[in-house]
Amino acid sequence: MAEDIGRLTRKIEEISEGREITLMHLCGTHEDTISKYNLRSLMPENVKLLSGPGCPVCIIPDTDLQKVFHLIERKDVVLATFGDMARVPFEDRSLFYYRSRGKDVRVVYSVFDAVEIAEKTDKDVVFFGIGFETTMPSIAVAIKDSPENFYVYSAHRYFIPAMEAIIKGELRIDGFICPGHVSTIVGVKAYERFLKYGIPMAIAGFEPQDVLLATYMLVKAINEGKPWIYNEYTRAVRYEGNVNAQRVMSEVFEADDGEWRGLGIIPETGVRIRKEFEDKDAERVFEDVFEDFVPKEDKRKKHCRCGEVLKGLITPKDCRLFMTACTPRNPIGPCMVSFEGTCAIWAKYGVG
Amino acid sequence: MCLAIPAEIVEVNWPYAVVDLNGAKRKVRVDLLDDVKPGDYVLIHVGLAIQKVSKKEVEEIESLWQKILED
Repeated sequence: MAEDIGRLTRKIEEISEGREITLMHLCGTHEDTISKYNLRSLMPENVKLLSGPGCPVCIIPDTDLQKVFHLIERKDVVLATFGDMARVPFEDRSLFYYRSRGKDVRVVYSVFDAVEIAEKTDKDVVFFGIGFETTMPSIAVAIKDSPENFYVYSAHRYFIPAMEAIIKGELRIDGFICPGHVSTIVGVKAYERFLKYGIPMAIAGFEPQDVLLATYMLVKAINEGKPWIYNEYTRAVRYEGNVNAQRVMSEVFEADDGEWRGLGIIPETGVRIRKEFEDKDAERVFEDVFEDFVPKEDKRKKHCRCGEVLKGLITPKDCRLFMTACTPRNPIGPCMVSFEGTCAIWAKYGVG
Repeated sequence: MCLAIPAEIVEVNWPYAVVDLNGAKRKVRVDLLDDVKPGDYVLIHVGLAIQKVSKKEVEEIESLWQKILED
């Protein structure tokens, strides 16, 4: 295998010669693979692998976090969410802070664990739902099949329409390494809308050889002037994707404007629970609680550059807080919290 | 969040199934997949099976490697 990797990287070097190529991946797990196996060191100087906004915890704006804090400060609910979301700070508080102050905050592995909690209690259970098209089908299934006291605060985002904002953004991207498991749901066909931009895309799995193969496919496509959608992850991604998952998502959710950390508001990327399921929508059910909600700025995050890291404009080491004031033990920004956050990954593997 | 793990279906009690994740047994939902049965391999993402994968498909990457290296 080592010999194969050597031959492949030499091929990448040969066919990219004489051009500056910037590729962006869109998934925290791809960043983990790249950093863990130090794949950037295998690239020639002229081929850059950038990290994009592919961590669902990192892109959640402070507004959503503050609204969830606001809810649990005022209502006696069980708040369930994924572990890394519970650590994201706002003004030195996090969901774990609230748990230490007696609030009922539960970390769950899946939304179905939160449904089980609701089945066993008379209290209202609110699931703080985050994630892209990979995670949303499970939440949609739970919304359709859960007890009356189960609600969802939807902070999900549609990833595919957000890619357009990245393509039109400040950076020139020559090719995208597309996320494997978002693609498992949406299928190869979802990327066809971007063909008009003439940028090649390669859907990749998560082994180091997957990422290297996708990189090679992109460099070759650029070299030959063939901006197409390549599917390296054929063992999980079909042209149509998971049609049942797409159907349940569209039954339960509809698109709205969505705010992303660092990227601002992107049309059609917000995920609202449809009116038919409004009795499951925490924002509607607890409307009275949110009436006096006013978002604030977190002064502590004044120098945090997570937004620029998410856009690929800087790397974590360009942020003056990285591994000084902001560390995995005491994170300031979300990119240092989540195991899919670029700063946390760079800290873990000592990159930079 | 985007990580999904392949696992073998041990038992199906629709819409749930018990899967074997490298020796650990876990209950997951399988209702977004058509026709799953014990012995099938599925990708599990946060408690939901999102795709069936076959042994043949897992082997595909190896042949893709060969194809590219022989280019």
